Amino acid sequence: MDELVCIVCPRGCTMHIEEKDGAYVVSGNSCKRGEQFAVSEMTAPMRTICSTVRTDFPEAPVLPVRVSADIPKDRIFDVMREINHTVVKERVRRGDAVIQNVLGLGVDVIATSDMLYTGEGR
Amino acid sequence: MRTFDTVVIGGGPAGLAAAIAAHENGANTLLIEREARLGGILKQCIHDGFGLVRFGEKLSGPEYAERFIDAFHKADIPAMTLTFVTRIVPAQGGGFHVTLVSRDGVETIEAKTLVLSTGCRERTAKQVSIHGTRPAGVFTAGTAQHLTNLLGELPTKRCVILGSGDIGLIMARRLTLEGAKVLGVYEAKPTPSGLTRNIHQCLHDYDIPLYLSHTVTRVFGDDRLTAVEIAEVDDKMQPLAGTEQIIECDALILSVGLIPENELAESLGVEIDPKTKGPLCNGQLMTSVDGVFSCGNALHVNDLVDYVSESGECAGKNAALYVRKKRQEIPINATKMLSYIVPQRLDLDADNRETVLYFRSRDILNNCTFKMRIDGNEVFSKKYPFLRPPEMERLTVDFSKYPLDASSKIEFDIEVKANG
Repeated sequence: MDELVCIVCPRGCTMHIEEKDGAYVVSGNSCKRGEQFAVSEMTAPMRTICSTVRTDFPEAPVLPVRVSADIPKDRIFDVMREINHTVVKERVRRGDAVIQNVLGLGVDVIATSDMLYTGEGR
Repeated sequence: MRTFDTVVIGGGPAGLAAAIAAHENGANTLLIEREARLGGILKQCIHDGFGLVRFGEKLSGPEYAERFIDAFHKADIPAMTLTFVTRIVPAQGGGFHVTLVSRDGVETIEAKTLVLSTGCRERTAKQVSIHGTRPAGVFTAGTAQHLTNLLGELPTKRCVILGSGDIGLIMARRLTLEGAKVLGVYEAKPTPSGLTRNIHQCLHDYDIPLYLSHTVTRVFGDDRLTAVEIAEVDDKMQPLAGTEQIIECDALILSVGLIPENELAESLGVEIDPKTKGPLCNGQLMTSVDGVFSCGNALHVNDLVDYVSESGECAGKNAALYVRKKRQEIPINATKMLSYIVPQRLDLDADNRETVLYFRSRDILNNCTFKMRIDGNEVFSKKYPFLRPPEMERLTVDFSKYPLDASSKIEFDIEVKANG
């Protein structure tokens, strides 16, 4: 039996997960999302990553970004490498893709701020 | 002199929510912000996890803030940025004169009511008494976050983090993602200060060790930090002789607590709660000074921005609806099982049907019951499978259900089952 802490919400439930006849039995969770998280941790752990990309705009040298959906945990540093090779040259909006389909993972790296678009500096 | 019904000081999540709520409730409102952009500290909190309670989504800090900024601009509420409040004095016949400094010069405006949403500050190295030289490379976690996330400058290649507050944990992950080596997070207390999920997703996911009951006792380096001395501490958090070890690093990052910023409030004579370090407030989030309201991290340090916004809305709405009258307030008491409860007072003449309470337990407790007593009689209880000091709890109480008068004694307590 494995013990893990749920990171889906701030509650942080301590959960136990056990494999029984090819299926996972989860206990200690307070909601369905916790159960899904526990099973995913055992099979294919996924994470969101947030970072910044460089820009060409002196008033905002970096722009905050995140992946549009969870990526496999073991690809985090691969995606970070892509993010760190990217420079934003246009005044993109919040939600716009900065990198489309990053590393073929089926998710985009998107801007999480309108700061370039609205032109307000830091 | 320009006059406003409600002036909100501080344009972070609390102030934005307060200004929108004040405007929606009919107040001619002005928001004042000292930085160039609205959004407060959320501008640099680029990690996700914001807004789960409010929007049911995992947003990054800028995304959460900009939802409110968009709503604020849509409502066409005036804001002054790069503007600093230097002085507030009560005006004759009620209200306040607020003196501002901005790029346009000095101006004094009049406000009927004030909302203080000034946020909190980080404790610094001076406040945790670390010995040694004064080299560059000692940063608060918020400063490291500012450098990394707003300026795009990585402040360290190899660092030690002192304190397990949430910002420190978030920065441990952030610096690791950017290629820095985080040698460890050292916490003087025997339990972590940050949220459990952050211990897991920020430290465990990246194999960053957490050392409890350890502290930094000395820093080394002339121009730049070269090493720190770590020691184990006893149960009174005093370093134990013989346990010292030297760790080479180029930065020490401090995440050793946040303190509500209430210099303006104190200048007005607002009473401060020694437990929260924020103003003593009633259910409408009005401070001890008539017409002055408090919200967000200036009121008490929150762990979730969703509740910061909620308290902003409460303060903003009540500031807009405020009518000067005599208050009939009784204290809301808490036993020593709680580290604090907000609000600390109840105005018997106000509408207390949906009073929102925020509290923290003093210790980690399992299988416990949160109880409310009036004159010693239990009138309300709620079971919790666990309570942890880093995780604030929130609940709504309808005080109008209970016969309360000026002599009533309200007390909150937490009971733990003996063999739970």
